Amino acid sequence: MKSFSIFMIGVGGQGIGTMSEILIRAVDYSGQKCIGVDTHGLAQRGGVVSSHLKIGDVNSPLVTQGDVDLVLALERHEALRGMNYLKSGGTLVYYDTSWQPLPVRLGKESEITPEEIENFAQQNQIKLYKVRYDLPDVRMQNIAVLATVAKYKLIPSVEIEDYLKAMEDLMNEKVFKSNSELFLKIVNGN
Amino acid sequence: MKLLGEMLVQQSPFSEIVIGNTAIVRAMVESGVRVVTSYPGSPTPEIAEAIYSIPESKRPFYFEFSTNEKVALELAFGASINGFTSCVFFKSVGMNVVADSFVQLSMMELLGGMVIVIGDDPGANSSQNEQDNRHYGRLSYTPILEPKDAQEVYDMFLKAVEYSKLLRSPVILRLTTHTAHFKQKVNFGKYIPSLNQSPVFDVEKYGPYIPIANNVPVMKRRALEKLEKWKEISEEFAYKTQYKSKRGIITAGLPYLSLLDVVGENVDKVDILRLGMVYPLPRRAIVEFLKSHEEVKILEELDDFIEQVVKSIAFEENINVRIIGKVDIDDWIGEYTPEKVASVLRKVWQDLVRPIYPIKSKPRVIQRPPQLCPGCGHRPVFYVLSKILSNKDISVADIGCHTLGFLEPYKVGQVLLSMGHSTSTASGLSLFNTSRKVVAFLGDSTFFHAGLPGIINAIFNNHKFTLVVMENGTTAMTGHQDHAGKKIKIRNLLESMGVKHIWEVDTYQQDKLEEVLRQALNTDEFNVVIAKHPCMLKFTRERRRKGIVKVPQMRVTNKCTLANVCITRFACPSFQRDESGNVYVNKDLCIGDGSCIPVCPSVALELEKFESVGDEK
Repeated sequence: MKSFSIFMIGVGGQGIGTMSEILIRAVDYSGQKCIGVDTHGLAQRGGVVSSHLKIGDVNSPLVTQGDVDLVLALERHEALRGMNYLKSGGTLVYYDTSWQPLPVRLGKESEITPEEIENFAQQNQIKLYKVRYDLPDVRMQNIAVLATVAKYKLIPSVEIEDYLKAMEDLMNEKVFKSNSELFLKIVNGN
Repeated sequence: MKLLGEMLVQQSPFSEIVIGNTAIVRAMVESGVRVVTSYPGSPTPEIAEAIYSIPESKRPFYFEFSTNEKVALELAFGASINGFTSCVFFKSVGMNVVADSFVQLSMMELLGGMVIVIGDDPGANSSQNEQDNRHYGRLSYTPILEPKDAQEVYDMFLKAVEYSKLLRSPVILRLTTHTAHFKQKVNFGKYIPSLNQSPVFDVEKYGPYIPIANNVPVMKRRALEKLEKWKEISEEFAYKTQYKSKRGIITAGLPYLSLLDVVGENVDKVDILRLGMVYPLPRRAIVEFLKSHEEVKILEELDDFIEQVVKSIAFEENINVRIIGKVDIDDWIGEYTPEKVASVLRKVWQDLVRPIYPIKSKPRVIQRPPQLCPGCGHRPVFYVLSKILSNKDISVADIGCHTLGFLEPYKVGQVLLSMGHSTSTASGLSLFNTSRKVVAFLGDSTFFHAGLPGIINAIFNNHKFTLVVMENGTTAMTGHQDHAGKKIKIRNLLESMGVKHIWEVDTYQQDKLEEVLRQALNTDEFNVVIAKHPCMLKFTRERRRKGIVKVPQMRVTNKCTLANVCITRFACPSFQRDESGNVYVNKDLCIGDGSCIPVCPSVALELEKFESVGDEK
C-alpha cells in the first residue's frame, strides 16, 4: 500500500475533532506515517465540519475529492455529502442520526433517508456500514463509528490495541473507561 | 492521558503529534520568548489554547489577550525594545488593525527580536476576505517566512527568533489556515531555561526611536540596510530538487505539498524550487533556476506576489525563459488545495496531473449553512427584529457569531466591512435619511476592540440610529476568550459618555425585548439596547464538564397546529420535521433552554417534566 486517505464529516458539535485525533494517534501507534488537518472556524456553528487524514507516502494533509479510500460520517445528510469524496471502490461508514439542515427544516428539501444512502452506495459500488446503537450519551456516536472501523479493520495495519492506546492518550480515566467499554462492546459484538 | 502543558515545557527533546499552532508554543519556550500577545481570531486561537495548557506558574513567558491586535502588537514592540524577545499572533485581517504601528517596526532597533505570527486565510474559511498579507512585508520592509507543514512551523519559528535577534528586526511568520492546523508528529529540541534579563531600553545607544523630521530618512535607511541582509538570508530558505527537466515550478508553503500530491509519480517530469522566505526573495536561487529551465510556472496561492518579482528578475538579468504566472481570474481565488492545484496545473501542463478515479455519480447534497447554536441568546433578537423591522429599514451587521443573523430565515444584518465598523457605517446610512430606520449590531468583545471610536463619534456628531450590543459575556466565535467586559461594564461606559437612551434586557425575556426594541427604533437620537444573554455553548460545555448530561428538553405537545413558527421563523436547529410534516424536537440538540416557548401561537411548546438533572460529580 502506497497511501490511504480518510475523510471525516459531520455537523459542528458532533465530535469530529476527537475522532480524528484518536485516528491519527492510532495510525501512529501502528507504525505508519500519518498527517491530517481539521476544518475550524465559522462552519463550526452548526455547519459542516470535516477532517482529513492521510497515511503512508503522502504530502498535503488535505484529501482530494474523488480520491478518498474511506469516508466516516457522523450524520445522514453528511454521509451523502461525504460520498462525493470517495474514489471508485471506496468505503463509507456513517452514524445513522439526522440533524436536519436548514433547507429541510424550512421545508425546501426532503430529509435524506437511510434508503437513499443505501441505493446510492449500491449504484456506485460503495461498501457501506450503517452504525446505530442505543448510546448513553450522544457524544459517543463518534466512538461507535471508530469501533466499527476497528472491528472490520477498515484502516490497513491498525489494530484494536492501537485505537485503545490512542484513546488512553487523549482521555482522562473516567472518560476512557466509559468510551473503551463501548468501543470493545461494539468490536466484540456480532 | 498525555498532558500537553507538561510536554510543552519539558527540558528534554521529544516528538509528539500536534498541530502547527501548538508547535509554535514549544518553539516559543525553546527560543526564550518572554512576552506573547494576541487578539483571538481564526486560524490562530489554538496557539493560546496550547499556551493556556501550561500552568501560569510554569509558563516561561508573559501572555495576554489584548483589547485588539494593534494593542497586542504595540505591547510586544515595547517588550522587544527593552530587550525581551516577543511574539504577537493574530488572524489575517488583524494585519489591517495593526498596520498603523506595524509599518514603523522595521525602522526600530528591536533589541530582543520580535516575531509576528499571522494566520492568513486563503479560501476565506473564517474571514471576510482572503487578503494576501505578503504585501505588508514589501510595504514595510519586513521579511516573511512561510512554512509548509507543522514541523517547519516549529523550525522556522526558531530561525525567525535567531535572525530577528541578530538583526534586531521584526520577522513575519506567515501561516495559512491549513499550516496552522496541519497535524503531524513534530520533532522538538531541548529546552534550557534562560536566566533573567534586565530591561535595556536605551535611546542614546540604540535610538533614534522617534521617527519624526530628520530622523525619518536615517531610520528608513537602517530598515533598508537590514533588508539587504535579509536578502542574503533568504537564499538559505530556497529549496530545490535536482534538475532533470526543461520545465520548472516555483512555489511556496502548503501549495508545494498540494503540488507533490497532484503530480504523484510525474514528479520526475518537472523541477521544483520552493521558497521558504517569500519576502525578500532569494535572487541568486531564482536566477539560477530560471537559467536552468526553458519554461517556469509560478504556482502561487492568492496574488501574483512572487510572479511579479520573478518576472522582473528575468527581465533585469536578460534570461531567455518563458515564465507562466496566473492564467485567469480563477487562479487568484481560493485555497491551493490539491484539487485547486490540479485545476491550475491542467491549464498549463495537463500531462503532469496524476489521474484519479472517483465514483461514477454525484449524490444529492443539501446545503448546510452555519447557524446560531440551540439556545443562543442572539436568536430572540433576530427573530423579534425580523418581525418588527420593515422591508425598507436597514440593519448593519458586525463581526461575531451574531453575523449569522444575515442568513435565512432572519436576514437581519445586511452589510459588513470589519470589526467594529457597524456604528460608523450606520451613522453614514442615517444621513439624509428620515424614512428608513437604521439599526446596527456590535458584539461585546468587538465593542472594546474597535467599536468605541464609532460610538464616540455617533455621540459627538449627533448621529441617529439604534445600536444593539449583543452581549454574551465572551469572545464566542473564536472559542470563548475573555475580554475587557469582565472588568469594565459596557453600560457604565455608555452612560459616562453621555448616551441618553440605554436599555438593558435579557434576550430570553422576549416580550420585554420586543417592547424595548420598538421603543428604541422610535427614538430620535442615538440609542443603545444592550441585548444580553450568556453564551449558551459555553454554558452547556461547562454544564457537561460538571457531569450533567441529561437535562429536561422541550417537547411539542398535541396543541401544535403546525403554525411552524418555531421551525421556520425562530429556527432553532433542535426543531425538525418528520415524514408527515409534524414538528418534533431533536434530542441530540435541545439544551432545554426554553427560549422558544414564547414563539408558539398555539402554546404547544413545553419543557419536559424531569425528576433528576443528571449525576453531578
